This record gives sequence, C-alpha cells and structure tokens, in this order.
Amino acid sequence: MQSKTSDIFSREIAACRELAAGLPRRVTIMEVCGTHTVAICRSGLRNLLPKEIRLVSGPGCPVCVSTQGYIDACIELAGRSGATLATYGDMLRVPGTKKSLAESRAEGGRVLVVYSALEAVAYAAAHPGEQIVFVAVGFETTAPATALALRDARARGLSNFSALFSHKRIIPAMKALIAAPDLSIDAFLCPGHVSVIIGPEKYAEIAATGRPCVVAGFEGADVARAVRMILEGIASGRAQVENEYTRAVKPGGNPAALKLFDEVFDIVDEDWRGIGTIPESGFAPASDFKCFDAREVHGVKIISAPEPAACRCGEVVRGAIDPEHCALFAKACTPAHPVGPCMVSREGSCSAHYKYARQVAS
Amino acid sequence: MCLAVPGRIESIEDENAVVNIEGNRVNAMLALIPEASVGDWVLVHAGLAVTLMSEAEALETLDLMREKYAVEDE
Repeated sequence: MQSKTSDIFSREIAACRELAAGLPRRVTIMEVCGTHTVAICRSGLRNLLPKEIRLVSGPGCPVCVSTQGYIDACIELAGRSGATLATYGDMLRVPGTKKSLAESRAEGGRVLVVYSALEAVAYAAAHPGEQIVFVAVGFETTAPATALALRDARARGLSNFSALFSHKRIIPAMKALIAAPDLSIDAFLCPGHVSVIIGPEKYAEIAATGRPCVVAGFEGADVARAVRMILEGIASGRAQVENEYTRAVKPGGNPAALKLFDEVFDIVDEDWRGIGTIPESGFAPASDFKCFDAREVHGVKIISAPEPAACRCGEVVRGAIDPEHCALFAKACTPAHPVGPCMVSREGSCSAHYKYARQVAS
Repeated sequence: MCLAVPGRIESIEDENAVVNIEGNRVNAMLALIPEASVGDWVLVHAGLAVTLMSEAEALETLDLMREKYAVEDE
C-alpha cells in the first residue's frame, strides 16, 4: 500500500527531476548532519535524483569529526586509576591509535555509557569516590545538555565531575568548507535539531555567499522536499535561508539554550578531523566553570596523532571524497571491523553507505 | 547523535517532567522550555526537552518515524 509519506517523497523527487532538467550545470548539495546522511542513504534519495544533483556528506557526525588525539585522550583517561569515563555509546568502538574505548573497558578501564550528560552528573553525585569524566562531544543540539550538566554539577558542589570538551559549532565549519579551494558546494541542507537550538536565521551569513540553505527534517520526504526547495532557489537565482522543518524549528531557535551557551561556555578555536583547526568552531567551559574542565582538572593533553594507515575518513568528513573512493571501504574496513570513525558511528558516511546499498555518487 | 523524539508531558516536578513517548515514560528536563505545562507536546533529545510542538506537528513527526521504523524492522 502506498502511504501518504511515500506519496510526498515521490512527488518531491519528480519535482526535483523537473527542476534539474533546467539547471545550467551540475549542483553539489552538502548535508552537514549525520542523521541526514542516514536519511539520504536509507531512502535511496541519492539514486533517485538525476545525475545533475550531487548530494555529498559533510562533517555532520560528531564522533567522526573528533580528532584521533581526542579519542586517544579519552582512552587514556578511562585507563587511569580512580577515573570513570562517561560517554555516549557512539564513541565506544571508535579506534584510537592503540585501541578503542570498548577494548579499554575489556581490559579493565572504567567506561560508563550514558544517555545524557545529566545522567553522568547524577552518577558522580552518587559515587563520590570516583572521578567521573564526561566525553563532551556533539554539535549545538547536544551542547545544551552539557551546559546544564556543568550548571548542575556546580549547584551540587561536586568536585568529582568534569568534562573533556570537544563540542563543535556547525556554522564556522560550513564557512571553512566554503573557503576550501578543492570543494565546490552550491547549497546546504542545514541540520534540523541544531537549528531547533540556534534558529534558522544563523545561516544567513552562509546564504549571503550565494548558497541556498534549507533547514530539513529527518525523514526521506523531508530531505526530498528540502532538495526541491534548494533547486527552486538555484533555478530562480536566489540564495536564502528557508525552513522545511517547521514542525520543530522555530524562528530564533531556543532562547533559553542560547542564553545558557553564553553563561556556561566560551567560544574557542576547535580541531576537526580532516579539516584542522577552525576558528571559533568550538565550545569550552567559561571561566566560572573551569573547575569542571577535564583538561585542567586532570591535566589531560590532547596530543595530535596520525590517522589510521590508509584511512581516508578525514577526506570523507569534509566531503572531498565519497566513502566508495577509499580503498579500504567495504574491504579492510567494515562495520564489523572498522578502521576509521566514519565506519563505526551509525551516522558516519561510510557506515550509512555500507548499510544502505553502497550507493556511489560519481 | 542528534536524534530527538516527540512526546507528551504527563507530570512536572520543578524542572523535571515525565514525558510519554509512544507509551514509554521518560524523564526529561524542562530547563530549555520553562513555559511548558502538563499536556504539552515536546521534542526530547538526550534527556532534555528542546522545543514545544503542536499536537499536529508532533503527530506528523511520529507518523513519519513510525513509517521509518516499520521499514527498518522488515
């Protein structure tokens, strides 16, 4: 039975085909959200769109954009006596230089999987004899929970909770990719739940470079509709910010979350796998919250480390290549035996391409 | 990592709510939407309610998600 949703999906694809026929040249649309990467692969959208439209995945998977040095620092912390690392489950199997967190745990390292940063604080309060270090990764969607966790830890007067920050801000990354000479991105599918927090207006500076920005929801029909909106923009020569995901994304974003960012975080330069340091692309605890910064509390050093041999995750996260262009893809590197983070995380491009029919956007 | 699911607030105590998501009761903090009240639909991410939704918006999202998981389960 044909459902209402698949009707919408088919109709949007047909509209995209029609619009693509009138395009003067091939267009490249980048999505910068790992959940969109999964939606695109799962829905088969890449294969259903005409070849004039190239969908390419950008740095949208928090696990994948964390540097090798950061992963190694997490693993080193988990092995310290008296320390417990609290992490989102996605990080467990990412290969560090010597091992993964899961392997460290098997060797006796203490690793606690949490659903929320707030859970890590509650655990710390209940276990005063342990030093809890929360692995603070993710974009603006996840960052408010970390901010609240720090505020909660302060209210409880905890001295056994800290966070190892690698939080990322998406817009500086988009600007860095626009400036990269080897990438030519014509438009962006903007992340839905990041935009719930920051508000769609923030993409205006990206759109001002002539690249349409459409905030999209997470189902195939949402993404197909957003692609159609982008193509309409390109066809009519206008580049503006539009919001496809009006169900959840409201003008101005979430004011309480933005206020919390100002109160708890400083904006800092941040290192990204495959991209390097991007100015103002990260969060770190503000001066009042430095007592919860694991780098200071535990003297953690992030030591830069090379990517796994032959692994091209660095190029995958910046959209320079598709997963299929990596010689390891689906051969030496599979979800069962991942070499790089993009094959580990469910939201990683390599994992999504592998799982959903290995679609090649050539 | 950025997944979020709609649910309806069943009860509130201070900043904490119990949210019914498809029959499952989860705890969600309301610090980001202090104006929320019992009966409201909210979008929950990592133990945190991140935005209010209308009933129609929430039900549409759940419909789309159900379809997705129906496909996943096959």
